[in-house]
Amino acid sequence: MLRARAPRRLPGALRRGLTFWRRSILARVVASTVILTALVIAGVGWLLLQQTRDGLLDDRVAAVTREAADEVREANGRLVSAPGQDSDASEQRRDITDLIIGRGSTRGYGVVVAGPTGGGARIAEGGTESSADFSPSSVPLSLERHFERSGATSAWTFTTIARTDGDDTVVSHEPGIVVGSQVTLPSDGSTYNVYFLFPLKEQQDTIGLVTRTLLTAGVLMLLLVAGVSWLVTRQVVTPVRMARQVAERLAAGRLQERLRVTGEDDLARLATSFNQMASNLQRQIRQLEELSRVQRRFVSDVSHELRTPLTTVRMAGDVLHDARRDFDPVTARAAELLQGELDRFETLLVDLLEISRFDAGAAVLEADDVNLVDVAHRVVDTTRALAEQRNVRLEIEAPDHPCLAEADVRRVERVVRNLVTNAIDHAHADGERTTTARVLIRVAGDEQAAAIAVRDYGVGLAPGESAMVFNRFWRADPARARTSGGTGLGLSISMEDTHLHGGWLQAWGRPGEGSQFRLTLPRRVAGSLRQSPLPLVPDDAPEPVR
Amino acid sequence: MVEHAAVASDLPTKGRVLVVDDDASLAEMLTIVLRQEGFDGRVVTRGDLALDAFHEYRPDVVLLDLMLPGKDGIDVCREIRAESGVPIVMLTAKGDTVDVVVGLESGADDYVVKPFKPKELVARIRARVRRNDRASQESLSIGDLAIDVAGHSVVRDGEVINLTPLEFDLLVCLARKPWQVFTREVLLEQVWGYRHAADTRLVNVHVQRLRSKVEHDPENPEIVVTVRGVGYKAGTG
Repeated sequence: MLRARAPRRLPGALRRGLTFWRRSILARVVASTVILTALVIAGVGWLLLQQTRDGLLDDRVAAVTREAADEVREANGRLVSAPGQDSDASEQRRDITDLIIGRGSTRGYGVVVAGPTGGGARIAEGGTESSADFSPSSVPLSLERHFERSGATSAWTFTTIARTDGDDTVVSHEPGIVVGSQVTLPSDGSTYNVYFLFPLKEQQDTIGLVTRTLLTAGVLMLLLVAGVSWLVTRQVVTPVRMARQVAERLAAGRLQERLRVTGEDDLARLATSFNQMASNLQRQIRQLEELSRVQRRFVSDVSHELRTPLTTVRMAGDVLHDARRDFDPVTARAAELLQGELDRFETLLVDLLEISRFDAGAAVLEADDVNLVDVAHRVVDTTRALAEQRNVRLEIEAPDHPCLAEADVRRVERVVRNLVTNAIDHAHADGERTTTARVLIRVAGDEQAAAIAVRDYGVGLAPGESAMVFNRFWRADPARARTSGGTGLGLSISMEDTHLHGGWLQAWGRPGEGSQFRLTLPRRVAGSLRQSPLPLVPDDAPEPVR
Repeated sequence: MVEHAAVASDLPTKGRVLVVDDDASLAEMLTIVLRQEGFDGRVVTRGDLALDAFHEYRPDVVLLDLMLPGKDGIDVCREIRAESGVPIVMLTAKGDTVDVVVGLESGADDYVVKPFKPKELVARIRARVRRNDRASQESLSIGDLAIDVAGHSVVRDGEVINLTPLEFDLLVCLARKPWQVFTREVLLEQVWGYRHAADTRLVNVHVQRLRSKVEHDPENPEIVVTVRGVGYKAGTG
């Protein structure tokens, strides 16, 4: 059982956290609000960022293509208007290259001049000229392919611009736009590819700024939403918690507890209804208490009214009984009968009053530590005379240590005495009294409970009878004569006594095998019973026939 | 309403019993039974006449019903107890906790629940009367108390403490064997004269009353000490 549980055991902190999560509406509401808000903010932020970036880049692309076109047009114009067709092609090329690079360096963009086209040479293979701190490798291959032959239109693409220092080593990368265009030298008619590298530093900075702003705003927003949801939920949860506390107190019997009503909102109306409910409950309970008090009073009055005349009759009967030797035989016998029936009447009255006291809830428990072993011995001492008269041997089987239970000794003794006299009554199978019958009283106790079981080996109980024996005035066989003059209330009273202790009183029996009655009492009055130290079905009982 | 139920008799009676009960038949029956047992009896049927009858008759035992016309039995009990330690046996129709305890706390020594067996009642009365003629020359001490058994007095620092005969018996019983722990059952037998187990609340209530008279601080008793789960013993301190 332990092994099955082990995987489920969580670290303490986590378990406490989960418990808190399960119990706190506040935590759940705040957490779910924050998560949802975070999702919304992330979506909106992403959209905003996307829009801003697209707008910025579109603008920039338009601007740089226009600028590159201007440069190319100007360069072409310069070449056309250059004096003389006889100029050296390489000189012309250098002039134009220097011009473009010079303009680029003042206006913040880089230039890579490659060519002439048609040679199949790549930029990476060298033979290019470029601005000082721009690496020619910034021009992507795809754009280069576009300009493999002359006559291609100008084109642009995004790229990563590699910056170089004086020794042509790459020191940093940044995003940028590369615009490619072609220039034809009039001197030899060859076409050169000119790539303009426009860094997107500014745009990147702007995007970064926007992103940071959005993030900050998002976080602040989240905090705000968390705070607001916490406040709002608390306003609802606090009254609910108070209502819970008051309800718990009401349940614990403090009926005068009420909720404080402030305002007229829904919560205030809830509190008002709650208070109304509590008042109604309180009134009903008061009524029931009053009813019970009246009933107790009635029982008490009836008790007094019946007992006083009975006492007089009883004493008169005793006087007659004592003087019966002076009477004629008939009157003497009448006096004897009177005496006997008075005893019975008295017992019946006492039992009736006792059970009506239980019904009125007037029975009070005077609990103290009681050793059930002592109780068993005392009961056996008081019932020994009866047992001998019935030819029954009483045996006690008890441990050496005391079997303690917090109980009302008077009531427990009454229960046990009842069980023992019952057992003596039914100890003989078939009502024969010639052989000595046995009644065994077992006592046991442990930390949680103490128990007494009374076992007889008489007629036993028919199936289903073990539950009915505790009914008032129940008789196993209506035709069977009562031998010990029991009132028929004994076991009912015992049952009530046991309930008063929070204990168990159970019967087991099988026809011909005898029966066993077991009383189990919790170690503490308020304690709950889970099991009895003694088995209900005695060890010496035969296996049930299936 | 006061009547003499006793018939003239040359024999000295075993004691005088005042019966306070509103039920005339029961009261008459009681006097018949008591007379058979050798007691002299007188009946009062009203609570407000009880004290006058008590003064005039000087009974050895009072049998007191709790429900009385004129004046409540509890009040009668308190009034008698206020001026005398005479044994009072309550006759009650209610064996319930509260009634019995209230009766005992108001000063009754013992109680009998109706319907009682006459012999049981007579045994109670005998037990209460007999102790009056049992006296031995004996001096005991318990704590800072000096007990003169024959003189029936308890003295602390030269000051006499008034105890009812029952409280006195209880104290003497404990003081005679200061080494012994007395269970409530044993005390019932030795002090009250019960042969069978009876209501141990009798012991509890009377120990409380005794403590309120002899202890310096009844909350922390030093003379009559409770032994938890067992009973009581005389304090050694």
